[in-house]
Amino acid sequence: MSDVLLDVADLKVHFPIPTGGLIGGRTRWLKAVDGVSFSVKRGETLGIVGESGCGKSTLGRAILRLIAPSAGRVLWLGQDLSGLSQEEMRRHRREMQIIFQDPLASLDPRMTVGDIIAEPLTALEPDLPKAEIKERVRSMMSKVGLLPEMINRYPHEFSGGQYQRIGVARAMIVRPALIVCDEPVSALDVSIQAQIVNLLMDLQAEFGLTLLFISHDLSVVRHISHRILVLYLGRVMELADRDSLYREARHPYTRALISAVPVPDPLIERSKRIEFLSGDLPSPIDPPSGCVFRTRCPHANDLCAAKVPDLEPVGTDHQVACHRWREIG
Amino acid sequence: MTNGTQAPDMAPPVRGRSLWQDALRRLSHNRAAVAAVVVLALVVLLAVVGPWIAPHAYDELYFDHVAIGPDLDAGFLFGTDTVGRDLFVRTLMGARISILVALAATSVSLLIGILYGAIAGFVGGRVDNLMMRFVDIMYALPFMFFVIILMVVFGRNIVLMFLALGAVEWLTMARIVRGQTLTLKNREFVEAAVASGVTRPRIILRHIIPNLLGPVAVYITLTIPQVILVESFLSFLGLGVQEPLTSLGVLISEGADEMETAPWMLIFPATVLATMLFCFNFIGDGVRDALDPKDR
Amino acid sequence: MAVIDIRNLEVGFDTPEGKVQAVNGINLSVDRGECIGIVGESGSGKSQTFMAAMGLLARNGTARGEILFQGEQILGLGSRALNRIRGNAMSMIFQDPMTALTPHLRIGDQLTEVLTTHKGLGKRAAAARAVAMLEQVRIPEPARRMRQYPHELSGGMRQRVMIAMALLCEPELLIADEPTTALDVTVQAQVLSLMRDLKDRLNTALVLITHDLGVVAGLADRVMVMYAGLVVEEGPVETIFTDPRHPYTQGLLNSMPRIDRAGEERLTAIPGQPPNLQRLPSGCAFRPRCAYAFERCEQERPELEDIAPGRRKACHRERLEAVS
Ligand SMILES: Nc1ncnc2c1ncn2[C@@H]1O[C@H](COP(=O)(O)OP(=O)(O)O)[C@@H](O)[C@H]1O
Ligand code: SF4
Ligand code: SF4
Ligand SMILES: [Mg+2]
Repeated sequence: MSDVLLDVADLKVHFPIPTGGLIGGRTRWLKAVDGVSFSVKRGETLGIVGESGCGKSTLGRAILRLIAPSAGRVLWLGQDLSGLSQEEMRRHRREMQIIFQDPLASLDPRMTVGDIIAEPLTALEPDLPKAEIKERVRSMMSKVGLLPEMINRYPHEFSGGQYQRIGVARAMIVRPALIVCDEPVSALDVSIQAQIVNLLMDLQAEFGLTLLFISHDLSVVRHISHRILVLYLGRVMELADRDSLYREARHPYTRALISAVPVPDPLIERSKRIEFLSGDLPSPIDPPSGCVFRTRCPHANDLCAAKVPDLEPVGTDHQVACHRWREIG
Repeated sequence: MTNGTQAPDMAPPVRGRSLWQDALRRLSHNRAAVAAVVVLALVVLLAVVGPWIAPHAYDELYFDHVAIGPDLDAGFLFGTDTVGRDLFVRTLMGARISILVALAATSVSLLIGILYGAIAGFVGGRVDNLMMRFVDIMYALPFMFFVIILMVVFGRNIVLMFLALGAVEWLTMARIVRGQTLTLKNREFVEAAVASGVTRPRIILRHIIPNLLGPVAVYITLTIPQVILVESFLSFLGLGVQEPLTSLGVLISEGADEMETAPWMLIFPATVLATMLFCFNFIGDGVRDALDPKDR
Repeated sequence: MAVIDIRNLEVGFDTPEGKVQAVNGINLSVDRGECIGIVGESGSGKSQTFMAAMGLLARNGTARGEILFQGEQILGLGSRALNRIRGNAMSMIFQDPMTALTPHLRIGDQLTEVLTTHKGLGKRAAAARAVAMLEQVRIPEPARRMRQYPHELSGGMRQRVMIAMALLCEPELLIADEPTTALDVTVQAQVLSLMRDLKDRLNTALVLITHDLGVVAGLADRVMVMYAGLVVEEGPVETIFTDPRHPYTQGLLNSMPRIDRAGEERLTAIPGQPPNLQRLPSGCAFRPRCAYAFERCEQERPELEDIAPGRRKACHRERLEAVS
């Protein structure tokens, strides 16, 4: 399987939480990501969905080693990245980039847009002549829909949608194979969201990009993704190709999520049945035993409390982690 | 695809307005701050060139004009002191030394404080802990005592005073910078730089320090008057600069002794000192507002 | 009589960069038991319209026009007179519940305070009412929550506390400004069903400010679309969604990816940037982004006019057929 770009195996990120008591207080662990496995093929978009705090961002950052994983492996074209030193990892950064949720916060306010976009180039290819860098920045700017003559402007002189274009240009300038998009359109106005989604899809088509598209918006994810991974409390609940996930979701959590998304059509929206979830997301410090979803699951039984469900195949390219998916139908 | 994609590539780049330029523009709209800058600039200019062009030398003794009040005919604008030296030129000289001490000490504190604080904050963890405990210990030492001992042991020496003051002032600077660095470190643009493959030293230089300069600028406007005051205080105690050189503190100390017989000896240096401190205050307020317009 | 009747409301802000006209003469009224949805992108004046009604404009803001609350002009009232109405007959809930809850006071104290000041209830009676209200907004273990501080609750829980607080005095009008934007979809669904329930049961007039057309589709009876401080289209929810008549409304609907549809190739985005209120184009404010613009749009600002019973729009084009 040569077309697998990224292979994540049993990845864990546990944060130490200091608990009260100066002396003797034992460290507790917040399991932000707890044993996630999946692989991504070249040119594919994998959507990662789930409620806030379920570990989506942490997962994306751990893959890029912006956060150190606690366990597990990240294979990039078959090479294990997890053992690499900071410096070795740094050299891999030209292959994998990231776009952030808050586009303005991710831009250094004291740098010109040209310098911001050029940064990965200047950092990773220090021998490139200045003129060449400038040329590449200008052409990337027009590629993402920014006026190249704005190259000497500062971030605060742009508006919402344009910030994110700057972020996209910075990620694209080294022509990476993979971009982790962490909620790239969540902070944008509806009319601008569509522009950025289109831009990402255009870039993907032109350069064969692979995208990890993290979002809590299941409508956008449906539009942009080929496959979708549903995360809950740091664990994979369901992993499927787009059509089977939206047509026949197997996991009770996925179903609840999908049913709760408002549809901009009064007739449909008012007649549809929503599967309400009881209660709130439990703390990732003390996740429920067995199936982490069981405290909110309408189908939970004793087995769910006793045993962690494995991710099992339910069809071609469709996996679910639920003891009772067969009964639920 | 979107607006602007077809724009001709030949269009000349538009010049951007950096945050500093914005701040400068706002500062220039602040009347109190602008007035303070003008007054301070005059004082500094006088202090720098005054002693050269003044009709009298600062250490020249006029035995027939001892302790006279302001007397324009004799050419003593501020009068003379108890040994017959021109108080005008001495006041300017004193201001010059005070400003010099302040600038030198502030620069020393800036240099050490920014690097120390930025490294502690950015590296974090144990290094940060160690570095900041050291600062805490230094803080706990009674610093006046520390400076006085230095002065007593090594004699009164202006260079030593620069170093001593700077070495004390950097502690606060380091704390401020470290705090700022900790917040900056978690800002997304620093994470973006890491993801872009930028090395750590370069992140500190290119992203952390430029973004620190705002709070640092505000702190500078507080440090300079503070150093001037401390120097005055040391001089007042007789530990400052050495005769016949002088500083505002020395002059005020001398003036205070003669307050009843020769009040001008206190009034003029004290007025100059007060004016300078006021100016720094207004400038400081102006800089803070200009850098953070939402804060008002 | 309408619960609230806003006439020719203008809201402006003085800034160092000059005057910003955030609301540019809008009219709107809401009846009892009715929910009106206000949609538009950020900066279109949705929130400021109702901040003016609540007397909560920032200090550099001024409002002109009329705001009649149950027939009484409330625009320009002093804060003492307004406090009779605010939090009592007219309540507002915000996107970020943390800003509206006092961090160092227990939930219970904040809830009972509303009742003791506005309704003159005793401590005990107020506490009982507060617990009952928390139950109504489906907060588990309400008695325990009363003793907790805001930061001890999750975001969804806090938003429900805010709603409970807003409803304690059984207001005639509830203004909800992006009430679910900060919430997860599963919690959003709960909060929305709660609001629907209240509207139906208590006959509260409801203003729902949001950028999410899906939320509006589920709850609103009437929809008002705002752009650059102006109402550009208004009508009953069914027809707005099935038959949008203003290019901006149409653009918004088309640019939304939908969960009930398989992704087509591209979304139809509205081109360009949201308007800069200080540099609005001549004529129609939407013109630079409008696919239907023609000469007249540049010269003349379109007025909001009736186009069908209950429907109004501000656009020179009568019909939106495809243009070459
Ligand atoms: N540095 C950290 N220390 C402790 N907890 C953290 C840290 N970063 C994230 N978390 C926690 O990890 C969990 C997952 O966070 P995140 O990945 O941001 O979720 P999402 O992206 O789905 O919103 C949350 O409970 C969050 O509070
Ligand atoms: S394993 Fe049990 S608790 Fe978990 S989702 Fe399936 S039925 Fe629900
Ligand atoms: S008036 Fe003209 S520019 Fe404005 S929305 Fe209608 S067609 Fe478009
Ligand atoms: Mg996140």
